[in-house]
Amino acid sequence: MNQKTLFDKIWDAHRVHSIDDGPDVLYIDRHYIHEVTSPQAFRGLEERGITVFRPSLTLATADHNTPTIDQHLPIKEELSRIQVDKLKENCSRHGIELFGLGHNNNGIVHVIGPELGYTRPGMTIVCGDSHTSTHGAFGTVAFGIGTSEVEMVLATQCILQTRPKTMRITVDGALGKAVTSKDIIMHIIALLSTGGATGYFVEYSGPAIMALSMESRMTICNMSIEMGARGGLIAPDETTFSYLKNTKYYSVNSEFENDLKKWKDLITDSGASFDKEITISAESVRPMISYGTNPGMAVAIESSIPETEGMNNHDEENYVKALSYMGFRPGMKLEGHPVDYVFLGSCTNGRIEDFRAFASVVKGRKKADNVTALLVPGSKLVEEQVKKEGLLRILHDAGFELRQPGCSSCLAMNEDKIPAGRYAVSTSNRNFEGRQGPGARTLLASPLTAAASAVTGRITDPRTL
Amino acid sequence: MAKEKLNLLESTCVPLPVENVDTDQIIPARFLSSTSREGFGDNLFRDWRFDHEGRPLEGFILNNKKYSGKILVAGKNFGCGSSREHAVWAVYDYGFRVVISSFFADIFRNNALNNGLLPLILPEHEVQNLMTLVTAAPETTVKINVMERKIEIPSSGKSFTFEINPYKQECLIYGLDDIDYLINMRGRISDFEKKRGGLR
Repeated sequence: MNQKTLFDKIWDAHRVHSIDDGPDVLYIDRHYIHEVTSPQAFRGLEERGITVFRPSLTLATADHNTPTIDQHLPIKEELSRIQVDKLKENCSRHGIELFGLGHNNNGIVHVIGPELGYTRPGMTIVCGDSHTSTHGAFGTVAFGIGTSEVEMVLATQCILQTRPKTMRITVDGALGKAVTSKDIIMHIIALLSTGGATGYFVEYSGPAIMALSMESRMTICNMSIEMGARGGLIAPDETTFSYLKNTKYYSVNSEFENDLKKWKDLITDSGASFDKEITISAESVRPMISYGTNPGMAVAIESSIPETEGMNNHDEENYVKALSYMGFRPGMKLEGHPVDYVFLGSCTNGRIEDFRAFASVVKGRKKADNVTALLVPGSKLVEEQVKKEGLLRILHDAGFELRQPGCSSCLAMNEDKIPAGRYAVSTSNRNFEGRQGPGARTLLASPLTAAASAVTGRITDPRTL
Repeated sequence: MAKEKLNLLESTCVPLPVENVDTDQIIPARFLSSTSREGFGDNLFRDWRFDHEGRPLEGFILNNKKYSGKILVAGKNFGCGSSREHAVWAVYDYGFRVVISSFFADIFRNNALNNGLLPLILPEHEVQNLMTLVTAAPETTVKINVMERKIEIPSSGKSFTFEINPYKQECLIYGLDDIDYLINMRGRISDFEKKRGGLR
């Protein structure tokens, strides 16, 4: 009796109160903030004349609009500089820990939280950023919030939230050669569409998921939002525990064995039921690439862009409009299409494993002359590790430069913009119109596909190199 | 802090027959470098509305003088993508008070309700009917009554009820704020923390 999903266990343990016919008051264990979605929330507190309720549970970083070269110099863009300064001022006034620009722990919020050990199983985690779902890889209920909600958490460590429905996506079998977790999640999003999981919180399970490293699990959970899901999570296991044991947090905190005991119950009970269940086989997943202007518009790299047959007039109009933005036509083959830019990085694929994958492909090869490459580590720790493992040497020998950490070209708030009309094979998460710069054409793919395309100068299936 | 109240509204509509309108279209990231909540309406749908030199693009609905009003009628999955509340601030600052669609992205819907913007959900075919109607007859007015959860199109004699969480309905009608509600619960939140053994 009373069999519960992992999501339900965590949600219920954090419910302070349920409003009749209304949302739940949900307690938040970890709150991450950054420079772009927090200033208005701090201003709200000041207007109310109150302080931060639990400053030790909020952690701040500067990542969204920061430059990825010459970080030791003042930020050139005035409004960005003001936002970063404002974050510093707000954190110091309210006693919030900040890993700002230049700090050894600085980096993209969804990269540093996990790698430093601030994200731990069983927690509720929020941040004013939709890719907060990333932290679900550790068995947490983690989701993105708006700035009004950031203010709620600063003011009370709680938010008002309607309980979402639950969905389980089971991935059976094992992945083929050169197929990555990025391809699994892009395959799922293409299957469900960009709004297909709206209203749901997803649990990913099955042998193909549990065989993945923590970095790969984070890539999966990260893109949950791209099918509309409130978040995505994976039950913690030995892979999770050994990753956590090696984080900075547990190197100075002796609580690991104690905490470990609490994490063992963080699984979905065998008789628990979900509102929706989907099963896919890992063998059916191929290296994926997007061709349109939302992440649901993606196909296996060897396929052609779908034809319009069977669509109604309205859908066809929307579809053709998206393809025309991309400079594509229905039925066109993607493989072999020239590429202008390659972006390796972001909270989706900016971790050490992604740099290892990229380096493994470009090793002994040369960057194509027609390609401009932006290789942006997700954090200072990733940057250090790339150097320590000798990957930087491999990248340099192949004609690539490494930039400094930040969100960079994923949303192009800083100077790392893709010019109008140019094609970018990007390891990031969104291919919306203008996402990587006004008029930019984004082709989402895995780090292996990005690397293969960077050395050939064309969209290239990594299995063919 | 009190917000603008929304109970009765009668207005013409602006039709936007595009699906999956993401928040990068509503307000591109390069306009997020502000530390205040005001002024985002100028850049609402920036890259659909203006060319790269800032000249209005003729084909876009907001540049068509025939269409105006406080109600935006949009295709399904409006507001998908990023969590940026700036998207809601932009829609609101431009002058809209209601967005009608067959469904909204979750974060956008929460953000809208936290700012007094009503995300009104109708069945997809009714959204399409309304879209066709207001496109052909821009003078069509729509009446919305939040208290009665009713939307009425007098010229066609149609009316529907819409769903809204009763708590959020009350917040809209009386201009109440979730943050005030939570601040009043601080004592209870502290008790919750003590019960589970302090901060983690």
